[in-house]
Amino acid sequence: MARRPRTSDGRYQSAECRVPSARCSNLLRRAGAKRLMDDTGTIIAFWVLAAITVGAALGVVAVRNLIHAVVFLILSFVGVAGLYITLSADFVAVTQILIYAGAVSVLILFAIVLTPRGDRGNQETFLRLPALLLALLVAFTLGYVAIDTNWAISDRKGFEETASVIGEALLDKYVLPFEIASVLLLVAMLGAIVLVRPEATMEETGE
Amino acid sequence: MSVDLEHYLIVGAVLFSIGLYLALAKRNFVGVLMGIELMFNAVNLTFVAFSRFVESPNPLDGHVFVVFVITVAAAEAATALALAVLLYRVRDTIDVDRIDLLKW
Repeated sequence: MARRPRTSDGRYQSAECRVPSARCSNLLRRAGAKRLMDDTGTIIAFWVLAAITVGAALGVVAVRNLIHAVVFLILSFVGVAGLYITLSADFVAVTQILIYAGAVSVLILFAIVLTPRGDRGNQETFLRLPALLLALLVAFTLGYVAIDTNWAISDRKGFEETASVIGEALLDKYVLPFEIASVLLLVAMLGAIVLVRPEATMEETGE
Repeated sequence: MSVDLEHYLIVGAVLFSIGLYLALAKRNFVGVLMGIELMFNAVNLTFVAFSRFVESPNPLDGHVFVVFVITVAAAEAATALALAVLLYRVRDTIDVDRIDLLKW
Protein backbone atom coordinates (compact mmCIF):
# COMPACT_ATOMS: atom_id res chain seq x y z
CA MET A 1 0.00 0.00 0.00
CA ALA A 2 2.81 2.40 0.85
CA ARG A 3 4.34 2.09 -2.58
CA ARG A 4 1.39 3.75 -4.28
CA PRO A 5 1.98 7.49 -4.28
CA ARG A 6 -1.16 9.57 -4.48
CA THR A 7 -1.79 13.06 -5.72
CA SER A 8 -3.36 15.66 -3.47
CA ASP A 9 -6.92 14.64 -4.33
CA GLY A 10 -6.34 10.94 -3.74
CA ARG A 11 -5.88 9.73 -7.31
CA TYR A 12 -2.97 7.42 -7.93
CA GLN A 13 -0.15 8.92 -9.90
CA SER A 14 0.24 7.62 -13.40
CA ALA A 15 3.23 5.42 -14.17
CA GLU A 16 5.29 7.98 -16.02
CA CYS A 17 4.93 10.42 -13.16
CA ARG A 18 7.26 8.55 -10.83
CA VAL A 19 10.07 10.54 -12.47
CA PRO A 20 9.59 14.29 -12.33
CA SER A 21 9.30 16.09 -15.66
CA ALA A 22 7.45 19.00 -17.20
CA ARG A 23 4.85 16.67 -18.77
CA CYS A 24 4.42 14.92 -15.47
CA SER A 25 3.72 18.01 -13.43
CA ASN A 26 1.30 19.12 -16.11
CA LEU A 27 -0.50 15.78 -15.88
CA LEU A 28 -0.70 15.98 -12.11
CA ARG A 29 -2.04 19.52 -12.21
CA ARG A 30 -4.75 18.53 -14.66
CA ALA A 31 -5.57 15.45 -12.59
CA GLY A 32 -5.99 17.61 -9.54
CA ALA A 33 -8.17 20.10 -11.36
CA LYS A 34 -10.70 17.65 -12.83
CA ARG A 35 -11.52 14.16 -11.67
CA LEU A 36 -12.94 11.59 -14.03
CA MET A 37 -16.61 10.68 -14.01
CA ASP A 38 -17.67 12.17 -10.68
CA ASP A 39 -21.11 13.47 -11.60
CA THR A 40 -23.93 11.89 -9.65
CA GLY A 41 -25.79 10.48 -12.65
CA THR A 42 -22.79 8.49 -13.86
CA ILE A 43 -22.12 7.12 -10.39
CA ILE A 44 -25.73 5.98 -9.90
CA ALA A 45 -25.83 4.52 -13.43
CA PHE A 46 -22.60 2.61 -12.83
CA TRP A 47 -23.72 1.06 -9.53
CA VAL A 48 -27.19 0.15 -10.81
CA LEU A 49 -25.82 -1.36 -14.04
CA ALA A 50 -23.05 -3.21 -12.21
CA ALA A 51 -25.61 -4.66 -9.79
CA ILE A 52 -27.86 -5.73 -12.70
CA THR A 53 -24.96 -7.30 -14.60
CA VAL A 54 -23.45 -9.24 -11.69
CA GLY A 55 -26.84 -10.13 -10.20
CA ALA A 56 -28.11 -11.50 -13.52
CA ALA A 57 -24.87 -13.47 -13.96
CA LEU A 58 -25.39 -14.97 -10.49
CA GLY A 59 -28.95 -15.74 -11.58
CA VAL A 60 -27.56 -17.77 -14.51
CA VAL A 61 -25.64 -19.83 -11.95
CA ALA A 62 -28.43 -20.20 -9.40
CA VAL A 63 -31.61 -20.69 -11.43
CA ARG A 64 -32.65 -24.32 -11.99
CA ASN A 65 -34.35 -24.00 -15.37
CA LEU A 66 -32.15 -23.62 -18.46
CA ILE A 67 -34.59 -21.31 -20.27
CA HIS A 68 -34.70 -19.00 -17.25
CA ALA A 69 -30.90 -19.07 -17.21
CA VAL A 70 -30.89 -17.79 -20.82
CA VAL A 71 -33.24 -14.95 -19.82
CA PHE A 72 -30.87 -13.97 -16.99
CA LEU A 73 -27.97 -14.18 -19.47
CA ILE A 74 -29.73 -11.71 -21.79
CA LEU A 75 -30.26 -9.36 -18.82
CA SER A 76 -26.56 -9.59 -18.02
CA PHE A 77 -25.66 -8.78 -21.66
CA VAL A 78 -27.92 -5.71 -21.57
CA GLY A 79 -26.31 -4.62 -18.29
CA VAL A 80 -22.86 -4.85 -19.89
CA ALA A 81 -24.16 -2.74 -22.80
CA GLY A 82 -25.26 -0.11 -20.28
CA LEU A 83 -21.80 -0.17 -18.70
CA TYR A 84 -20.35 0.45 -22.18
CA ILE A 85 -22.55 3.53 -22.45
CA THR A 86 -21.26 4.87 -19.10
CA LEU A 87 -17.79 4.43 -20.64
CA SER A 88 -18.95 6.52 -23.66
CA ALA A 89 -18.48 3.53 -25.99
CA ASP A 90 -21.62 4.02 -28.06
CA PHE A 91 -20.73 1.81 -31.05
CA VAL A 92 -19.63 -1.11 -28.89
CA ALA A 93 -22.80 -0.77 -26.78
CA VAL A 94 -25.06 -1.00 -29.84
CA THR A 95 -23.00 -3.91 -31.20
CA GLN A 96 -23.34 -5.66 -27.83
CA ILE A 97 -27.15 -5.33 -27.88
CA LEU A 98 -27.40 -6.48 -31.52
CA ILE A 99 -25.01 -9.42 -31.40
CA TYR A 100 -25.13 -10.68 -27.81
CA ALA A 101 -28.63 -9.78 -26.60
CA GLY A 102 -30.01 -10.47 -30.07
CA ALA A 103 -28.09 -13.08 -32.02
CA VAL A 104 -26.13 -15.15 -29.50
CA SER A 105 -29.10 -15.47 -27.11
CA VAL A 106 -31.33 -16.66 -29.94
CA LEU A 107 -28.63 -19.16 -30.98
CA ILE A 108 -28.50 -20.50 -27.40
CA LEU A 109 -32.31 -20.76 -27.25
CA PHE A 110 -32.26 -22.62 -30.58
CA ALA A 111 -29.68 -25.04 -29.21
CA ILE A 112 -31.96 -25.70 -26.22
CA VAL A 113 -35.14 -26.24 -28.23
CA LEU A 114 -33.32 -28.40 -30.83
CA THR A 115 -32.31 -30.83 -28.07
CA PRO A 116 -35.80 -31.70 -26.77
CA ARG A 117 -34.93 -34.90 -24.92
CA GLY A 118 -31.89 -33.32 -23.32
CA ASP A 119 -31.90 -32.29 -19.69
CA ARG A 120 -33.52 -28.87 -19.22
CA GLY A 121 -32.06 -28.55 -15.73
CA ASN A 122 -29.13 -26.35 -14.83
CA GLN A 123 -27.36 -28.64 -12.37
CA GLU A 124 -23.66 -28.78 -11.60
CA THR A 125 -21.36 -31.76 -12.10
CA PHE A 126 -19.21 -33.26 -9.35
CA LEU A 127 -16.64 -30.54 -10.15
CA ARG A 128 -18.75 -27.92 -8.38
CA LEU A 129 -16.50 -27.34 -5.36
CA PRO A 130 -13.14 -27.19 -7.20
CA ALA A 131 -14.71 -24.90 -9.81
CA LEU A 132 -16.04 -22.62 -7.06
CA LEU A 133 -12.63 -22.49 -5.39
CA LEU A 134 -10.86 -21.75 -8.68
CA ALA A 135 -13.40 -19.05 -9.61
CA LEU A 136 -12.98 -17.35 -6.20
CA LEU A 137 -9.20 -17.56 -6.55
CA VAL A 138 -9.32 -15.99 -10.01
CA ALA A 139 -11.70 -13.25 -8.80
CA PHE A 140 -9.48 -12.33 -5.83
CA THR A 141 -6.31 -12.42 -7.92
CA LEU A 142 -7.73 -10.22 -10.68
CA GLY A 143 -9.31 -7.85 -8.16
CA TYR A 144 -6.10 -7.55 -6.17
CA VAL A 145 -4.06 -6.84 -9.32
CA ALA A 146 -6.65 -4.28 -10.48
CA ILE A 147 -6.53 -2.38 -7.18
CA ASP A 148 -2.82 -2.71 -6.48
CA THR A 149 -1.46 -1.64 -9.87
CA ASN A 150 -0.51 1.95 -10.68
CA TRP A 151 -2.48 2.35 -13.90
CA ALA A 152 -1.35 5.23 -16.14
CA ILE A 153 -4.63 7.06 -15.73
CA SER A 154 -5.41 9.75 -18.27
CA ASP A 155 -7.77 12.60 -17.46
CA ARG A 156 -9.22 12.66 -20.97
CA LYS A 157 -12.93 13.31 -21.25
CA GLY A 158 -15.31 10.72 -22.65
CA PHE A 159 -15.22 10.08 -26.39
CA GLU A 160 -17.46 12.37 -28.43
CA GLU A 161 -18.38 9.65 -30.92
CA THR A 162 -16.54 6.45 -31.71
CA ALA A 163 -18.13 4.86 -34.79
CA SER A 164 -16.28 6.90 -37.43
CA VAL A 165 -12.89 6.45 -35.73
CA ILE A 166 -13.48 2.70 -35.37
CA GLY A 167 -14.55 2.49 -39.01
CA GLU A 168 -11.46 4.31 -40.22
CA ALA A 169 -9.20 2.14 -38.05
CA LEU A 170 -10.87 -1.03 -39.37
CA LEU A 171 -10.30 -0.06 -43.00
CA ASP A 172 -6.87 1.47 -42.56
CA LYS A 173 -4.67 0.20 -39.75
CA TYR A 174 -6.52 -3.06 -39.07
CA VAL A 175 -7.58 -3.91 -42.62
CA LEU A 176 -5.85 -7.31 -42.66
CA PRO A 177 -7.49 -8.57 -39.41
CA PHE A 178 -10.77 -7.15 -40.72
CA GLU A 179 -10.55 -9.22 -43.90
CA ILE A 180 -9.46 -12.32 -41.97
CA ALA A 181 -12.45 -11.84 -39.66
CA SER A 182 -14.78 -11.96 -42.66
CA VAL A 183 -13.15 -15.21 -43.80
CA LEU A 184 -13.50 -16.56 -40.26
CA LEU A 185 -17.21 -15.74 -40.21
CA LEU A 186 -17.68 -17.45 -43.59
CA VAL A 187 -15.84 -20.56 -42.40
CA ALA A 188 -17.85 -20.65 -39.17
CA MET A 189 -21.11 -20.33 -41.07
CA LEU A 190 -20.18 -23.09 -43.53
CA GLY A 191 -18.92 -25.25 -40.67
CA ALA A 192 -22.17 -24.88 -38.74
CA ILE A 193 -24.24 -25.76 -41.83
CA VAL A 194 -22.07 -28.78 -42.71
CA LEU A 195 -22.11 -30.07 -39.12
CA VAL A 196 -25.88 -30.10 -38.68
CA ARG A 197 -26.98 -31.13 -42.18
CA PRO A 198 -29.00 -34.37 -42.02
CA GLU A 199 -26.77 -36.60 -44.20
CA ALA A 200 -23.85 -36.19 -41.84
CA THR A 201 -25.87 -37.66 -38.96
CA MET A 202 -27.18 -40.52 -41.08
CA GLU A 203 -23.58 -41.63 -41.68
CA GLU A 204 -22.70 -41.23 -38.03
CA THR A 205 -25.65 -43.17 -36.65
CA GLY A 206 -25.63 -45.81 -39.39
CA GLU A 207 -22.19 -47.19 -38.57
CA MET B 1 -16.76 9.58 -4.63
CA SER B 2 -16.33 8.82 -8.30
CA VAL B 3 -16.29 5.89 -10.70
CA ASP B 4 -12.74 4.88 -11.59
CA LEU B 5 -10.99 2.27 -13.68
CA GLU B 6 -10.74 -0.05 -10.68
CA HIS B 7 -14.53 -0.27 -10.35
CA TYR B 8 -14.90 -1.51 -13.90
CA LEU B 9 -11.95 -3.88 -13.56
CA ILE B 10 -13.52 -5.46 -10.48
CA VAL B 11 -16.90 -5.85 -12.20
CA GLY B 12 -15.01 -7.50 -15.08
CA ALA B 13 -13.14 -9.79 -12.69
CA VAL B 14 -16.36 -10.87 -10.93
CA LEU B 15 -18.11 -11.46 -14.26
CA PHE B 16 -15.14 -13.49 -15.55
CA SER B 17 -15.13 -15.64 -12.41
CA ILE B 18 -18.87 -16.34 -12.67
CA GLY B 19 -18.35 -17.34 -16.31
CA LEU B 20 -15.42 -19.56 -15.35
CA TYR B 21 -17.51 -21.29 -12.69
CA LEU B 22 -20.33 -21.86 -15.19
CA ALA B 23 -17.95 -23.23 -17.83
CA LEU B 24 -16.28 -25.61 -15.38
CA ALA B 25 -19.19 -26.77 -13.25
CA LYS B 26 -22.37 -26.88 -15.35
CA ARG B 27 -23.62 -30.27 -16.42
CA ASN B 28 -25.45 -29.04 -19.52
CA PHE B 29 -23.33 -28.29 -22.60
CA VAL B 30 -25.39 -25.15 -23.28
CA GLY B 31 -24.69 -23.97 -19.72
CA VAL B 32 -20.97 -24.33 -20.39
CA LEU B 33 -21.39 -22.18 -23.52
CA MET B 34 -23.25 -19.52 -21.52
CA GLY B 35 -20.28 -19.37 -19.15
CA ILE B 36 -17.90 -18.89 -22.07
CA GLU B 37 -20.04 -16.03 -23.41
CA LEU B 38 -19.97 -14.38 -19.98
CA MET B 39 -16.18 -14.62 -19.94
CA PHE B 40 -16.02 -12.94 -23.37
CA ASN B 41 -18.22 -10.16 -22.01
CA ALA B 42 -16.00 -9.64 -18.98
CA VAL B 43 -12.91 -9.35 -21.18
CA ASN B 44 -14.67 -6.90 -23.51
CA LEU B 45 -15.74 -4.77 -20.55
CA THR B 46 -12.14 -4.66 -19.36
CA PHE B 47 -10.93 -3.65 -22.83
CA VAL B 48 -13.44 -0.80 -23.06
CA ALA B 49 -12.67 0.39 -19.52
CA PHE B 50 -8.92 0.52 -20.25
CA SER B 51 -9.67 2.29 -23.52
CA ARG B 52 -11.64 4.95 -21.65
CA PHE B 53 -9.32 5.56 -18.70
CA VAL B 54 -5.71 4.78 -19.58
CA GLU B 55 -3.23 7.16 -21.21
CA SER B 56 -2.71 6.13 -24.85
CA PRO B 57 -1.98 7.72 -28.24
CA ASN B 58 -4.80 5.72 -29.90
CA PRO B 59 -7.40 5.16 -27.17
CA LEU B 60 -10.03 3.76 -29.53
CA ASP B 61 -7.86 0.78 -30.52
CA GLY B 62 -9.44 -0.98 -27.52
CA HIS B 63 -12.85 -0.62 -29.13
CA VAL B 64 -11.53 -2.06 -32.42
CA PHE B 65 -10.20 -5.04 -30.48
CA VAL B 66 -13.59 -5.49 -28.82
CA VAL B 67 -15.24 -5.57 -32.25
CA PHE B 68 -12.88 -8.37 -33.29
CA VAL B 69 -13.53 -10.26 -30.04
CA ILE B 70 -17.28 -10.02 -30.63
CA THR B 71 -16.79 -11.34 -34.18
CA VAL B 72 -14.79 -14.33 -33.00
CA ALA B 73 -17.26 -14.94 -30.16
CA ALA B 74 -20.16 -15.00 -32.62
CA ALA B 75 -18.30 -17.48 -34.84
CA GLU B 76 -17.50 -19.59 -31.78
CA ALA B 77 -21.12 -19.56 -30.60
CA ALA B 78 -22.45 -20.64 -34.00
CA THR B 79 -19.95 -23.50 -34.35
CA ALA B 80 -20.26 -24.69 -30.75
CA LEU B 81 -24.04 -24.74 -30.81
CA ALA B 82 -23.96 -26.66 -34.11
CA LEU B 83 -21.66 -29.13 -32.34
CA ALA B 84 -24.17 -29.34 -29.46
CA VAL B 85 -27.01 -30.19 -31.87
CA LEU B 86 -24.85 -32.77 -33.68
CA LEU B 87 -23.81 -34.32 -30.38
CA TYR B 88 -27.45 -34.56 -29.34
CA ARG B 89 -28.33 -36.35 -32.58
CA VAL B 90 -25.52 -38.87 -32.24
CA ARG B 91 -25.50 -39.49 -28.48
CA ASP B 92 -29.02 -38.34 -27.52
CA THR B 93 -27.69 -36.23 -24.66
CA ILE B 94 -25.85 -32.95 -24.10
CA ASP B 95 -24.86 -33.84 -20.54
CA VAL B 96 -21.09 -33.29 -20.39
CA ASP B 97 -20.78 -36.04 -17.76
CA ARG B 98 -22.06 -38.58 -20.27
CA ILE B 99 -19.91 -37.44 -23.20
CA ASP B 100 -16.96 -39.64 -22.32
CA LEU B 101 -15.86 -41.17 -25.64
CA LEU B 102 -12.21 -40.45 -24.92
CA LYS B 103 -12.31 -41.92 -21.40
CA TRP B 104 -11.04 -45.48 -20.90
